[in-house]
Amino acid sequence: MLTKRIIPCLDIRDRKVTKGVRFQNNVTVGDPVELAVRYCEEGCDELVFYDIGASAEGRPTDLGMVRETAQAVFIPFAVGGGIASVDDMRQVLLAGAEKVSVNTQAVLHPELIAEGAREFGSQCIVLGMDPVRADDRQQFPSGYEVTVRGFRQRTGLDALAWARRAEELGCGEIVVNSVDADGTGAGYEIELTRLIARHTGIPVVASGGAGKPADLAEVFRRADADAAIVAGMLHSGAYTVGAIKRELAEAGIPMRMVW
Amino acid sequence: MIAIVDYGAGNLTSVRLALERIAARVAVTSEPAAILAAERVIFPGVGAIGAAMARLKAAGLDGALRETVARGTPFLGICLGAQIVFEHSEEDGGVAGLGLLPGTVPAFPRGLPGAKIPQIGWNQVTFRLPHPLFEGIASGAEFYFVHGYYPAPADPAHVLAETDYAGRTFASVAGQDNLAVTQFHPERSGRVGLKLLENFARWDGKGGAAC
Repeated sequence: MLTKRIIPCLDIRDRKVTKGVRFQNNVTVGDPVELAVRYCEEGCDELVFYDIGASAEGRPTDLGMVRETAQAVFIPFAVGGGIASVDDMRQVLLAGAEKVSVNTQAVLHPELIAEGAREFGSQCIVLGMDPVRADDRQQFPSGYEVTVRGFRQRTGLDALAWARRAEELGCGEIVVNSVDADGTGAGYEIELTRLIARHTGIPVVASGGAGKPADLAEVFRRADADAAIVAGMLHSGAYTVGAIKRELAEAGIPMRMVW
Repeated sequence: MIAIVDYGAGNLTSVRLALERIAARVAVTSEPAAILAAERVIFPGVGAIGAAMARLKAAGLDGALRETVARGTPFLGICLGAQIVFEHSEEDGGVAGLGLLPGTVPAFPRGLPGAKIPQIGWNQVTFRLPHPLFEGIASGAEFYFVHGYYPAPADPAHVLAETDYAGRTFASVAGQDNLAVTQFHPERSGRVGLKLLENFARWDGKGGAAC
């Protein structure tokens, strides 16, 4: 049986892993490669790195970090932040990443998804999206609007409509990162994750809000998520990946338990 | 020396790094002579089969791969490289493969609830026949898959391991004599994947199914 994936997320600024709430009040957590190795040894199924510094300052992605990670961990990992062209994607993939994640640049230039999928295959292209609750059901039938630039800018795009468009363009996976839930530790955004998982044919990764193993169990069970991103609950030292997986396996969720 | 065949089908970085990690001597090459001279050959690949076959032929590599396998050189196909060794694939409207193993490469059925296509993630690999590549790995261990088509060997004796997805039980490892192929990515499968590559780096090409 295909297992549900647990994916630690490492937000990178100036070659350090940082953690904040809604991209604010960031504190340094550690070295990205060391943390990647640690989470791998604890049994994570995949990793994602967001170079939030590169994205905010318009710099290219830190390829040195990608190379070092690829020499140290032998599970799939995705890299996002600062990827604005097919050539940027190529650099990151050749440095050893399995996937690239696009967010703001894909909203600005949707053809980036199609070009990347054509060049490298859909399985390499992940769409990251940061939806926020929106009350105007006329304009946002899903009840959520897509934001970009680290939640700072609204786009006028309905979250489900954008997910379906990205699937049509050829992205292979969608990370639904709830602005409202991010960093709160109060649980994932179930409604929206379920809506996108049920109305697209590609894997959906839940992100934002995980505070305890039961939150992951809920998003796998109730929202049909294929994978879940965790950050704060690991970075804080409150849980290890292994401890989360054991609890989920006991709850009957298919987990990879030998690593 | 292990030759990693470079024919423009996907990213070879992770395969090379994984082999370097287990201290194998590797060369990434698109030269038929270098492939024929290698002690072992890894044939990776990601992407669509039609374009990949066209590139293999244009580079004159199809003949070199056939000869390598015929000579008894230990040969490991991975992902698209696992599919190309069969006679025929359903992908891209139907494409003839290298024909090194009898069988076809059908598509997973679409639209089954809970079975998204392509399969992306970790799935269990259950060993059906003993094989040197499996030494030290538990049957049922999970490996990392990314694929929408799957190998279907014509001869059950060529099915080395099986995996269930989308209502199908398919050959996640197939092989005959010195030829072995994995639909999953050992280079992305953590410790068990590195172990399988380590076993390949030591394999003399014997002890496979249907010798």
